[in-house]
Amino acid sequence: MAYSEQVLDHYYHPRNIGSFDKADPKVGTGVVGAPECGDVMKLQIKVNELGVIEDAKFKTFGCGSAIASSSLATEWLKGKTLAEAEGIKNTEIVKELSLPPVKVHCSVLAEDAIKAALKDYKQKQQAPVETLASAEAK
Amino acid sequence: MAMLPIYLDNNATTRTDPRVVEKMLPYFTEIYGNAASRNHIFGWKAEEAVDQARSQIASLIGCSPKEIIFTSGSTESNNLAIKGVAHMYQKKGNHIITCLTEHKAVLDPCKRLEREGFRVTYLPVDKFGQISLEQLAEVMTPDTILVSIMFANNEIGTIHPVSAIGKLCKERGVIFHTDATQAVGKVPVDVDEMGIDLLSVSAHKLYGPKGSGALYVRRKDPRVRLDPIMDGGGHERGMRSGTLAVPGIVGLGEACAICHREMEKDTAHYLGLRERLHQGLSSRLEEVKLNGHPTERLPNTLNLSFAWVEGEALMMGIKDVACSSGSACTSASLEPSYVLRALGVGDELAHSSLRFGIGRFNTEADIDMTIEKVAEAVNHLRKMSPLYEMAQEGIDLSTVQWAGH
Repeated sequence: MAYSEQVLDHYYHPRNIGSFDKADPKVGTGVVGAPECGDVMKLQIKVNELGVIEDAKFKTFGCGSAIASSSLATEWLKGKTLAEAEGIKNTEIVKELSLPPVKVHCSVLAEDAIKAALKDYKQKQQAPVETLASAEAK
Repeated sequence: MAMLPIYLDNNATTRTDPRVVEKMLPYFTEIYGNAASRNHIFGWKAEEAVDQARSQIASLIGCSPKEIIFTSGSTESNNLAIKGVAHMYQKKGNHIITCLTEHKAVLDPCKRLEREGFRVTYLPVDKFGQISLEQLAEVMTPDTILVSIMFANNEIGTIHPVSAIGKLCKERGVIFHTDATQAVGKVPVDVDEMGIDLLSVSAHKLYGPKGSGALYVRRKDPRVRLDPIMDGGGHERGMRSGTLAVPGIVGLGEACAICHREMEKDTAHYLGLRERLHQGLSSRLEEVKLNGHPTERLPNTLNLSFAWVEGEALMMGIKDVACSSGSACTSASLEPSYVLRALGVGDELAHSSLRFGIGRFNTEADIDMTIEKVAEAVNHLRKMSPLYEMAQEGIDLSTVQWAGH
């Protein structure tokens, strides 16, 4: 099977490989997939005070298309607001990378990873607010 | 310098040896008679060539030339052997024994027979890929008519205890078929010594042409009879009708003759290159695991798992090296190799595997270049692997709760 130029480019020159500190309250982490399925994606976002994603990083165990999908996702996440990030669809990834039908699941996994990272960030934000609220109630 | 791209997928198919091609050529344009034409020189010449090929194959596997049935390849040979025995001996019994790691060309005929009402037992294998003789003896019943166990596995190269299986089958009066596609030409095979009743061979795995193969069918002690799959002119003792494909048969014969003559040289060549590759990769990379039997293995086959990286991504990174992966990210099922799973290596290591098949035409330069490329690609991928990162942090991956998809 021939890979598209876009997939090859992300495979050989992956954007934003790396990790942020999971404990950092500004960081949201999403880990999706399982080794037995042949794909594990870890995607992290760092969000500033304005609710804008100022940085994103990934690490992926998976085929070239999975690597490319997560690499592309980090590129797209940077500079987006949380609401904008929520709107990223796997079909856009499929289109951008010219993924064949057998590789669509890679893009689905990338969308899941984005959603998981956003969810993790939001949960972290809620936790201290609750503490503050409960403290005020006292 | 190695010539790029490098071909290390010789378990899938081999380059036809130029000496084989040379032998085949006259049979297209000069000696083009039908081997079944008994009344003119064109036919006689073709028949002579076919007879020579029969002898060449026979001497490689230690049988009589009369026991060779020409086919289109191992898939057909396996189908003819399994379905042929089942249908011929169904009054005697309806039980067949095979194993989980067989090629699809054995498993799928067995599945079809199950739909027809036969009972099939699929033996498990140990962590090296071998069946247990005790287990084989246990599952045999008076209804067992056929045991079909491959000589050597195509993915991991593990060689089954064929002689012992043959002996057991003989004691129980059960016909023993072996798919020897990967083994013939690479390791010594003797059907009498090993108690084999039916054996499948393919030309293109031993430097012959594609589309040509044979089935060995024992003629005495016991005389094995087969219900044919194809009806027609009654060629090949009525077991396989169809005009003989003379050029392909000549190619198969010559390929066998060369393998027979040069087996010692080929084996030393395979082993030298294979160990160079294995040691080279193991010294350059951590966590490289061998899949298959450490010693009872085809001399040319090396199946390795590279922990924390995915096989297909790895193949993408070594685009100048042709090999194959047990990962199946392209298949709709997303299931990795059923052979590796049967060994119990764990799905994640199955996804991380590469199979290298060394061939007669590979060189040391090929191997050195392959070591470089694989090591580079594995390091590139580990840098971006979350599993590698977790392992470095000391997390035991088997204890992680994964969100499967």
